[in-house]
Formats: sequence, structure tokens, C-alpha cells
Amino acid sequence: MTDVKSYLREWAMPHVLCPGCAHGIVLRSFLTAVDQLQLDQDKIAMVAGIGCSSRLAGYVDFCTLHGTHGRAPAFATGLKLARPDLNVVVVTGDGDALAIGGNHLIHAARRNIDITVLLLNNSIYGMTGGQAAPTTPEGAIASTTPAGNTEPNFDACKLLIGAGASFVARVLAANPMDMTKVMADGLNHPGFSFIEVISDCPEYFGRYNKVGGGAEMLTWMSVRDEGVSGPLSDKRFVNHIPSSAPPPGLATGVLHNELRPVFSGVRKVGRS
Amino acid sequence: MTETRLPEIPLAQAQLIQGNEACVKGALAAGCRFYGGYPITPSSEIAEHMVRLLPNIGGVFVQMEDEIASLASVVGASLGGMKSMTATSGPGFSLMQEHIGFAAMTEVPCVIVNVMRGGPSTGLPTSPSQGDVMQARWGTHGDHPIIVLAPSSVGEVFHVTVKAFNLAERFRTPVIVLYDEIIGHTRESVVLPATVDVIDREQPHDDPDDFWPMVAPPDGTPPLPAFGDGYRFHVTGLAHDERGFPTNDAQVAEALVARLHRKIEAHLDEIVEVDTYMLDDADIAIFAYGIVGRSAREAVERARDAGIKVGLIRPVTLWPFPAREVAAVASRVDTILVAEMNLGQLIGEVERAVAGNAEVLGYLKADGEPITPTTLLEEILHAEKVRQ
Repeated sequence: MTDVKSYLREWAMPHVLCPGCAHGIVLRSFLTAVDQLQLDQDKIAMVAGIGCSSRLAGYVDFCTLHGTHGRAPAFATGLKLARPDLNVVVVTGDGDALAIGGNHLIHAARRNIDITVLLLNNSIYGMTGGQAAPTTPEGAIASTTPAGNTEPNFDACKLLIGAGASFVARVLAANPMDMTKVMADGLNHPGFSFIEVISDCPEYFGRYNKVGGGAEMLTWMSVRDEGVSGPLSDKRFVNHIPSSAPPPGLATGVLHNELRPVFSGVRKVGRS
Repeated sequence: MTETRLPEIPLAQAQLIQGNEACVKGALAAGCRFYGGYPITPSSEIAEHMVRLLPNIGGVFVQMEDEIASLASVVGASLGGMKSMTATSGPGFSLMQEHIGFAAMTEVPCVIVNVMRGGPSTGLPTSPSQGDVMQARWGTHGDHPIIVLAPSSVGEVFHVTVKAFNLAERFRTPVIVLYDEIIGHTRESVVLPATVDVIDREQPHDDPDDFWPMVAPPDGTPPLPAFGDGYRFHVTGLAHDERGFPTNDAQVAEALVARLHRKIEAHLDEIVEVDTYMLDDADIAIFAYGIVGRSAREAVERARDAGIKVGLIRPVTLWPFPAREVAAVASRVDTILVAEMNLGQLIGEVERAVAGNAEVLGYLKADGEPITPTTLLEEILHAEKVRQ
């Protein structure tokens, strides 16, 4: 196995992520998957939006496009149509992909364009200072929900299955080996692959909601991962009652996998 | 510069086509191979012709979910090495501002066609207007230059669209082609050139390991390799250094924005195109562009028949504004009559360039109706009376 450092722009370090943020673990799992598949480094394009997770694109030694807020799937669509030879990977966050970019995400899924989307869900807007996101659980504290979030949150995977994504999975940042395996499957999948990674934001979500730092948050999410229970979307926030017994949460693993025609734009058949 | 011909698409034969169709043919002749768009009146024929022609010449078409996504797909495809464009009208053009700024900041070549209709907002979807001239210049946030070209006939739409792609590639910049509903939908008989001169973006000669994507040669425009061709580099809308990586360094940010301006402003001779008519002995000059430029030409001829010394200055390049050319005219005439289908957008730029050296009058309207030669003749007669 190659050292994953060969896929990093070490000259661009130190990175912008906070201590305890799991995004780095997620990136390592992804690079391990790239290495296992022996993908051509020159033929990988990472397309990102705006937010903490999107900044990962700057640190990987691929062709990287750090676009505008929420629009990464649209940039990726144009790039993939122009260059079918590229492995196009979108790295995005929950606010980026599900709020401002929701429209682009569902239409990319509907078309079944052959790209892989990694959505790093930390349940909050981190880059801008801890505001509530469409993934923030009801009851949870954010800088814009000081009395607790009153809005219901998205189940991103259900949304994407509904939109037509042909590969949908959810993995936990606490389980790096699982992440690598699912990411490799997603990269190999012909068509639109969507992988929601439950990551953490100890700096804002963890601090505001008193669920501890990075280690505690990873432990907390992994305790919940017993088949059907899961990540940070959790009944306890509705009632503001901390509970050690995890209620049924979001399902993890590969949730949907089908083969259907892959979108390649309107072009002459047989021409790449 | 290379010469291309397109045997698949007949050009050099008399054909009766719309402005929107001439735009498509110009784009394809210039090397456009990607179109990403969203339907909107009165530009939709561009998409409808593109989807029929592009596949035959190795191109690809996609209808995106909105205009924001359309221009994002165009930028993505351009980074993949395909010459790319989109087309829209006022409301869609408003949505595209985000990525016009992104393309300017990241220096990704692309062409945006805006077939103007009456505004504000949904406005008059099937009526002509020149209400987006200032939006084309200043619609984005932050400081960057932009190139905006305004054809006034079906034949000129072809020529201007070719030029738009060439300038986009030459200077790694978004270029906007701005015309109105009348030019978009009018059918005219044209004979297009069988071959056109085409410019392709510069490619780097560095070793890929030593490649810094934002190091510019003295003329200000860095080379741009395609994603996937062996150069691995970062593209970001954040202020960035010569390595393409984000920075908050004030000096680096200032140098970047200054270079973005310099690469355009140092090459006005390649960019600025102004058409003049009967100006040599004129006392009065009409300043008009796009479809109004054609009415103005007819009005000039009728006024000359009536013995009035009037001429026409018709900028094809609206931005960068041809201030030098307007100032030169102002030094020779008494009066400049600005006619535009808005309530006063370029007239302010004319006044600034004239700097008091001639009287500036305006005929400005935004009711969705064209400005006719008869109306402009009356305005010329009025201007002549005021002058005496």
C-alpha cells in the first residue's frame, strides 16, 4: 500500500480544521480507498463547495475545484460530461449540499451521472460559526437556535434514494475501515453514488450541546451504531434529556444499490 | 491563431436564420463543444439549436436545473478543456452573477449570452430591452473587469460570438454577448464566413511537478491546462496565491485583483470594437448600440437627406467602455445624442468620457417597444434646433 501522504499536498499544510474534527479521518479513509483501487492520480478530480468539509479539496494532490456554496454537483456535472475519463468526486457538507445546494444535489442524483458524492455531515454550519443546518436535530443548540432547534431535520439518504441516486450509503467517521470499504464501493459504482459520512463538530455542536470533544463525539456516535441506531439525529435533543440508551437512529451501511442507465449528456452514442 | 472550418454545418451559403441561430453557428465555428443551459424566453432557441448540432461535432449538451447550475456546468466543462457556453435572459442572467464572478476570479474561459427582455423582474418576457447593460458590468460582488459585446444584426451575432470565444480563451475570462429579443428572433438572410480565426487557451510548458497555475507571463494571462491532462492543480474562488492556494495576505490579494484588471486593460486594442458611420463632418453624433444602432443608422441617413450633419458611433464592445473613442468623437462634434432602450445606463459613461466637451442628450425608454428611425429622426431634428 502506498503512503496516503503521496495523495496530499503537504506544502499546503497546516490545514484549517479544528482539533477533534473528524474530517481528517474521513479524508484518510477516502485516500485509502483510492489507493486500494489504484486509481490514476492524474484522473481524479475533487470538486467541493463551501464549508469545512469542502476545504479538504485544497489538501489533496488531484485536480481540485473549490467552487461556490452548494454548487459542487453542478460544476462536477459539467466536468464529468466534458471529461468522462475522470473520476469526479464531490466533497461537501450538510449545509452546502442540503440547504443552499439541495437542488443541484437531487438533480445530479436524478440524472444518475457517474460521480461520487461524499457528504460530511457534522449537523451544523462549522465554517461560519455554529449556526443551525438542515441536519441539526430538533432541540439541539446552535448559535441561531439558542433555545433549541424547532425545525425537523433532513434524512439525507432517504432524500437521495427518493431523488434517484443509484448507490446510497451512510457511514460513521468513528469506523474508518467501514468508511474505506463503502467509499471504494461508491467509487466503483457506475452512476451516482452518495455517501453520507456522520462526522463531528466538537468546536460548535459538541460545545453548544455539551456532548464533549472529538473523542467523546466519536465514541458517542459509535456506541449508537449497533445496526439500526446511529448518529447525531437523536430523540434526546427533542426532549433535552441526555440519555445513555441510544434510541433507534439513522440506519448505516449501504442503504440502496441498483444499476440503471448512466447519464452522459446529449451526445453522439459511442463517442466518449 | 488557427483557422477552422466546420463541414458539418454549412455557413457560406445564403441562409435565412434568426439571431439566436447565428449565435449557435458562431459558437460552434469558434470551437464551442459544451452547452449547459436552462430554458428562458427569448433565448431558448439557442439551446434548441445547440442540442441538434453539438452531438454531430463531438460536443455535449445538458439542460441543467437552473441558471446557477448552468453556468457552474459550463465552468466545470471548461476546466475539463472544452470551450463552453450558456445562454439566458434577464432573470436567468441575475442568477448567473454568482458564477460570472467565480469565472472571473478563477480565470476560467466561458461565454454567456444574454438575450435581453423587458424588466425589472419577470418584466416583459417577449419584448426587447437594453436593461442589463449595467448588470453585465456590475452584477457581481467585488472588483473584476468583464468583456461585454453587443451585436446589432444577425450577421454580427455570428461575428461577435466568435470574437467572444476568442477573447475568453485569450484572456481566460468570462465574456458576455448581450443582445435583445429583436435581434434574437429576427430572421435575416446572411452569408457566413466559411472559415473563422480561432484562438485556443495557452498551455503550460512546465514540468507538471513544478507547475504553479497562477503564475502569469508579462501579458497577464496564465496558461490553463485541462483537468486530467497531467497537471494537478487547485482552483478556488477564494483569493489565492500563484500556486492557486487560498490566502488572506493583503498584498497577494491585491496583486491578484490588479492582474485581473491589467490583463484586460492592457489589451484594449484587441478587445474594443467601435463602428462609426458618417462622422467625419458631423455636428451631431448619435451614440447607440445593438438593435438601436440599426435604427440610428437609418435615422442618420434620413437626417442627412434633410441636410443635417449627423453621424453614428456604435460600440460593439460595451465593456470595457470605449471611453477613448467616445472622447475623440466629443472633441469633434457639438452634440452627442445617446439612445438606449433603458432609462439611462450607458449615457452616464458617455457623459464621463465626454467630460463637458460636447452636449450630451438622451433618448431613453424602457417600455418594451423598439426605438424607431422615425423617433430618432425627430430627436436629431430637436438636437439640431438646440445646437443652433
